[in-house]
Amino acid sequence: MRRLAIAAFLTFLFSIPLWVGNLYVLHVLIITGIFTIAAMSLNLLLGYTGQLSLGHVAFFGIGAYVSSLVSLGFAVHLTPDWLVTLDPQPVWLAMLWAIAISGFCGWAIGRISFKVRGAYFVIVTISFAEVVRLVALNWDELTQGPMALNNIPPLTFSIPGLFEFAFIGKVPNYYLVLVTAIIAYIVIARLVYSRAGRAMIALRENEPLATSVGIEVTRYLVLSAVVSAAIAGMAGALYAQYVQIVDPNIFLFIYTVTMVIMVVVGGKGTLAGPIVGGLIFGLLPEALRSLNIGPELQWVAYGVLMIVIVSILPSGIVPAVGRWWSDRRRAAAKPARPTDAGARQAAR
Amino acid sequence: MSAIPAAALSVDQLSIRFGGVTAVESMTFDIQEGELLSLIGPNGAGKTSAFNAITGYLPAAAGDIVYRGARLNGLKPSRIAALGVVRTFQKTSVFAGRSVFDNILIGLHLQSRQHPLAIILGLPSIAREERRLVEKAKEVLHFVGIESRKDELASSLAYGELRLLEVAVALAAGPTLLLLDEPVAGMNAVETAGFMETIARIRARGVTVLLVEHDMKMVMRISDRVICLNQGRIIANGPPAEIQRHPDVIRAYLGERRARVEG
Repeated sequence: MRRLAIAAFLTFLFSIPLWVGNLYVLHVLIITGIFTIAAMSLNLLLGYTGQLSLGHVAFFGIGAYVSSLVSLGFAVHLTPDWLVTLDPQPVWLAMLWAIAISGFCGWAIGRISFKVRGAYFVIVTISFAEVVRLVALNWDELTQGPMALNNIPPLTFSIPGLFEFAFIGKVPNYYLVLVTAIIAYIVIARLVYSRAGRAMIALRENEPLATSVGIEVTRYLVLSAVVSAAIAGMAGALYAQYVQIVDPNIFLFIYTVTMVIMVVVGGKGTLAGPIVGGLIFGLLPEALRSLNIGPELQWVAYGVLMIVIVSILPSGIVPAVGRWWSDRRRAAAKPARPTDAGARQAAR
Repeated sequence: MSAIPAAALSVDQLSIRFGGVTAVESMTFDIQEGELLSLIGPNGAGKTSAFNAITGYLPAAAGDIVYRGARLNGLKPSRIAALGVVRTFQKTSVFAGRSVFDNILIGLHLQSRQHPLAIILGLPSIAREERRLVEKAKEVLHFVGIESRKDELASSLAYGELRLLEVAVALAAGPTLLLLDEPVAGMNAVETAGFMETIARIRARGVTVLLVEHDMKMVMRISDRVICLNQGRIIANGPPAEIQRHPDVIRAYLGERRARVEG
């Protein structure tokens, strides 16, 4: 049943470019997909370890800048007479660099802030995002500052003389984002249903007990920060090679907030949560725009809908649907004693 | 009662302070391999503080704690657990939002060696190990006798079962020294009797047990040796029969109750 539903959903997603001819709709879907990947990565931290990263867009932006800079090449003076240059590299290599450097930043932030955690982690991540934004804004020689990095090349695969394929245009990019999202989902799912994921959940649920059975707190928090940051960096790299321009506004706080909303409304700590939340809040602004109301009213509607969802379903959409589904099945199976089947489902 | 070579845990001149208050003062004792030692004493005598120091949850102000040749002072709780010293908590402590089975799987953390990279790549060794863990978890649940509850949410268990789950989680970590902090507090007589039987079976596996408990009937029945604390100091150390007759113990602890009962 579950497998069937997943297969149907994937078939639906893969078939979209076949029957949606409207390029603008595809564009919206691509951007939504990229932010959904970022929300999935945030969920690994926020949902499974319970640590709120309010600077998650930093990893996204670092991924975007690193992949752009490596694929464009750069020449930058680290001291007045020490010039570091890099010739343009293939985009796939640039994207791998983006993943690696974002992951490294996640490691560093994790090492610094997980000794104290909680509110301190929130503060460290916000500060980190702001510092990175200021660097991107002011280090003109490297990042062009507010002038933005332009003409970022698209991802290309080629075997010289035989075969070349560039991800130019909506349809190839749609599939690229979709496949990346699936890979990110598999990586996160494997992690969550493993010894490492159980350790993260244990730390979230009851840290003293977790340490009493030998779980090393810092190790697993840092692991989740690294994987989370690396996936966010990948999403950033996809974004850069798709829109082909990156400026310091990519580090805006609103993007982090959007990711947090996607995760919380969809259901944090569930694998499907950020996907549901990502699709809703990625597509909602466009859906509202198609209604014939002013832009102010659109955002009011957006806000009202969000508040309504959060107040009716405080644990998020996916856990609520799961609870409803298992209640129904239980009621159908036998009029059994009313145990907490729903709550159990909610914890899944 | 001084140690013939095989002291499993030896605590030497242990002191614990909270600011200016001394919770435990120059405490010295050993536990032999396979022994069941109980710590008793009135509330505030320092039993739980000693527990916390041994398992790394409190720093020792002075003294040494050595388990099987390894010094435990300053080690993190997770590291101490890896050395085979595993505890339960006085206040009921489980992963409440997870199923009973998941609780045990979390407890089995030390019994697996999955590298994060192998997990992400989904290597076949991971699936093999997961199957092995599932078998082990079933075995642990069967051992404490709550396998019928395996899919229930931990928070939905009855109190007695909850306390069994706590012990099961600790056992899953593979202890050679198990520290139980008031495991039968709040249990009824039947549950307590069942629990004593469980402890006997745990000992039959060669696990050394350090017990903190207020239920004197139980302590006197199952302990090999009892240490009585009062105001942070050891006032008596010996077999149960001797402790029950010890004048200081009667005065400090049993006496109050006897006086109350008889008066």
